[in-house]
Amino acid sequence: MTESPAPLLSVRELSRAYEAGASRVVALDAVDLDVAPGEFLAVMGASGSGKSTLLHVLGCLDRPTRGSYRLAGRDVADLSADERASLRNREIGFVFQSFNLMPRTSALENVELPLVYGGVPSGEQRERARAALRSVGLEGRDHHVPSQLSGGQQQRVAIARALVNHPSLLLADEPTGNLDSSTSREILALFQRLHRQGLTIVMVTHEADVAAHASRVVSFRDGRIVSDVRQAPVEAGAEAAA
Amino acid sequence: MTARTALRALRRNKLRSALTMLGVVIGVGAVIVMVSIGQGASAAVRAQIEALGTNLLMVLPGATTRAGVRSGWGGATTLTVQDARAIGEECSAVSGVAWSRRQIAQVIQGELNWSTQVQGASPAYFAVRNWPLASGEYFGSRDEETANRVVVLGQTVVENLFGPGEDPLGAVIRVKDVPFRVIGVLERKGQTTWGQDQDDTVVIPFSTAERRVLGAEILGTVDLIFASATRSQDLLAAEEQMATLLRQRHRIAEGGDDDFTVRNLNDMARAQESTSQVMATLLLCVAAISLLVGGIGIMNILLVSVTERTREIGIRMAVGAKRRHILLQFLVEAVVLSGAGGLLGVALGLAASRAVSELAGWPTLISAGSVLGALLFSAAVGIVFGFWPARRAAGLDPIAALRYE
Repeated sequence: MTESPAPLLSVRELSRAYEAGASRVVALDAVDLDVAPGEFLAVMGASGSGKSTLLHVLGCLDRPTRGSYRLAGRDVADLSADERASLRNREIGFVFQSFNLMPRTSALENVELPLVYGGVPSGEQRERARAALRSVGLEGRDHHVPSQLSGGQQQRVAIARALVNHPSLLLADEPTGNLDSSTSREILALFQRLHRQGLTIVMVTHEADVAAHASRVVSFRDGRIVSDVRQAPVEAGAEAAA
Repeated sequence: MTARTALRALRRNKLRSALTMLGVVIGVGAVIVMVSIGQGASAAVRAQIEALGTNLLMVLPGATTRAGVRSGWGGATTLTVQDARAIGEECSAVSGVAWSRRQIAQVIQGELNWSTQVQGASPAYFAVRNWPLASGEYFGSRDEETANRVVVLGQTVVENLFGPGEDPLGAVIRVKDVPFRVIGVLERKGQTTWGQDQDDTVVIPFSTAERRVLGAEILGTVDLIFASATRSQDLLAAEEQMATLLRQRHRIAEGGDDDFTVRNLNDMARAQESTSQVMATLLLCVAAISLLVGGIGIMNILLVSVTERTREIGIRMAVGAKRRHILLQFLVEAVVLSGAGGLLGVALGLAASRAVSELAGWPTLISAGSVLGALLFSAAVGIVFGFWPARRAAGLDPIAALRYE
């Protein structure tokens, strides 16, 4: 481990256990992980291996039972709920498998949501949300509601929403899990473009060919890291027009 | 921002929002209608008290017993003009005094005739009874001294003796076959609290009645003494002073039965007013309960809404909504629902109380206070019943909320 830049994410001895009735389920077991700025990291593993729990902890949605987690040098383990909320708002963008867009709400308003909670002036909100939608190749669909959009388009809206506040970290939980293979390639190409622009991405997947698009792959089993490989990413090819 | 979010959420479920509001609409509407009916009834009673003459006391002679038959109050001829004058002079709490004799008699004008109460009254009668003129003039002390044949008519008598548009002033009517000139018409006074038509009367000077019309077994006896207290709070003092004076004048021994009775009309009216106030309070309680039920309806819908939108709350939290954002969103939803419901309820209440007064003929009175109170109460209902669901929403765990199916 000889990264020259200070890691953006730094996880030490991180554990997360759940009480399920009388038994105790250990989802993460003393994980150590550093992610440098600008890395595109794929986290692989079977379901129940702890990869999603890691993503939730990294995204400040969940708190570790033990261990430390530093984001950009700052220990976030003991932040209050509200402090974690504003950290999620400013520093982290989420992309989910099931898109998690607000139903019956236009694409534009979905993208505006983080700006609303970030206290961005309302005049600026619309402008920035439009720009974000443009940057993911969704022009002219501002006023479509999610049910009027295809899966790939919905995921682009979600990505625009994740990026609209210019976060330093994009977290993706099986972003292509609900998409067909050609749409998946489009989304992965978008991720690679964002990666080239310097965004740090952590993507959870259980498919090896999806993970192949990342620059580094970490594999989980039973809450522990079993392998950590840097690789030359497979190019998803030219981004098809949306 | 939060308000916009809340409004959008309400718009998304128009029917549900409308139905939720309905509870508050009906509650607030009911409050307004009930209060307006209650206040209208109180005001009507108060108007009746005014019409009776505020501060009015009446003295009636006692009962007589003739051949074992007791006559009831007013049967005896124990009260005299001198008694009345003495009350006026000696009772400090009495500001005015008048007396009268009365009898039911036939009055005739042209081809029309009517049976009415003929009152022979002292000139102060009108002032003491607080009874203004509609037209013409009262009779004065000169008419009293000379036993003039002049008469002042009540409205009911005017209606029954004269055609519409006919001016009774200057006309000659016959009271018990004695001709009288009409010099004044009294304003309508309405019914007493016990339903007697006060306008069904003609008033002639006391002396004229005594000497020319009604006659008297003993000159100078009266059927009724009216006295007005200086101020309404002096009513009790006046009553006591009068009773004491009359006992002295009639030489009634300590512990002996009075041969007169003093009646305080205000007491009866007040009793009626307090009855109508009890009624109003009761109605208000019923209305408040319906508002409470409306509030519980809001809470119920919001709780359902929180459960239904758990995922939405999770998404909002994931993109950086703080607890207070979520709390406020649901609270604003509740307040908007109850506030809008309150406004609609006020409109409904105003319309309904108008309808009540026009269709049912009940007097209603709408006060700014009741409208404002109902609005504030409905907003408070929103806050109180919205708080728990809102807190539940804000307290959700982001992950659990996101995973909620």
